[in-house]
Amino acid sequence: MTTSRSRFHSRFVLIIATLLLFLPGYASANGDGNQHDPWEGFNRSMFSFNEGLDRVLIKPLAKGYEAVVPTPINNIITNFFNNIEDLMIAANNLLQGKVKASASDLGRVVLNSTLGIAGLVDVATGMGMEKHEEDFGQTFGRWGFGNGAYLVLPVFGSRTVRDSFGLLTDLPLDPMTWVEPTGLSYSMITLRQLDARADLLPTEKVVEAGAIDKYSYLRDAYLQQRRYLIYDGQPPREDD
Amino acid sequence: MIDAIEKKINKETMMNRLFGLILALLVAAPTWAAEALTPETQIKNITNEVLEIIRNDTELQQNGITATAIAMIDAKVLQPHFNFSHMTSLGMGKEWRKASPEQQGLLVREFKTLLVRTYSNALTIYKDPTINFKPARYQPTDTEVLIRTQVLQPGTKTVDIDYSLEKLGDGWKVFDVVVAGVSLVTNYRQFFSQEIRNGGIEGAIKSLQAKNQTP
Repeated sequence: MTTSRSRFHSRFVLIIATLLLFLPGYASANGDGNQHDPWEGFNRSMFSFNEGLDRVLIKPLAKGYEAVVPTPINNIITNFFNNIEDLMIAANNLLQGKVKASASDLGRVVLNSTLGIAGLVDVATGMGMEKHEEDFGQTFGRWGFGNGAYLVLPVFGSRTVRDSFGLLTDLPLDPMTWVEPTGLSYSMITLRQLDARADLLPTEKVVEAGAIDKYSYLRDAYLQQRRYLIYDGQPPREDD
Repeated sequence: MIDAIEKKINKETMMNRLFGLILALLVAAPTWAAEALTPETQIKNITNEVLEIIRNDTELQQNGITATAIAMIDAKVLQPHFNFSHMTSLGMGKEWRKASPEQQGLLVREFKTLLVRTYSNALTIYKDPTINFKPARYQPTDTEVLIRTQVLQPGTKTVDIDYSLEKLGDGWKVFDVVVAGVSLVTNYRQFFSQEIRNGGIEGAIKSLQAKNQTP
């Protein structure tokens, strides 16, 4: 059972590694030359593929999930996965040298796992321990690795070359992938992603209202947001 | 006789003085009122007023915010407190200077429509949000201030909305809004340079107009 899962994992690794290997030789057909997006042609087709997948499968499922699951249960599910995620966030904060933030993340896990009944209730936020957002892409950024080119991955969506390496590190360290048996592990991951997608539904209105070209709007939003996250919400102002 | 004339003149000058004083007060009062507002209060008022309009927008529950509510948000809240020409020049980056004054006027008008819509929608992400205002750090002499807010709804992700304000003659004006790390203003820079490379400033204006005409 473990073998089938690691095969699943290695398939992802293979796809991402192949892309990272071959894309540098792939020149964008149009000479538009956006410095952050040299693989725009490839990215745009991958973007349409992901959009299509979302439209016919993921979004309808997320809508169904939201319609069926009552809000309190939905909150419990979100909290449960957030609590597990806080472990990896603590590790990343520590790797970035942010000891205080890391200790607070661990404090969150301890409080929410006990007082918050195995993470079903987020008591820590109310006690002033804010939830952070960290991953290996940000850690690599903190260590001084630049973005590299923008890259739209199949299914996973917006990344950069650096964040793709971040993802390759995040995936095997995701506690949900350690769950046995494999079937349960997949179900948990599916539930988590569905819950996360459902939480995104209301934000679509903003993109719809703001985007003139959805692809470039989401690309630039991704790049800005990653910069904001790496600097923990205090990025230096960019002029021109 | 002369006495009477003198009295009349005196009376007139007094009236004139009084009138002048009242006029001066009338002109100065709004400025005083605006200056008394700290950037935090300014943002608190803006957010509360916008949320109030959204709450009263009955159609919001089903179809998203209505055009009427957006128009109201624009006229009552954003127009007086947002510096849209600064926002447009910031959003266009170095392309701004390539536009003629008439084109700049058109760009500001269209970009404003787009921003008002996007911002209004950003505040409708959650149905009944609580807004948390983070303590602001700035000196009394500062002319540029960042105010951070958090939009909270239990069980979902917190959305950070940060506002950049600048001190102008008639009070603090917002010139940038950053939602979850994404500036609603500067997120168009790449788009603008690409658009202008392909179709010039006129092309960019046309795209904005086309976007704003979609319901």
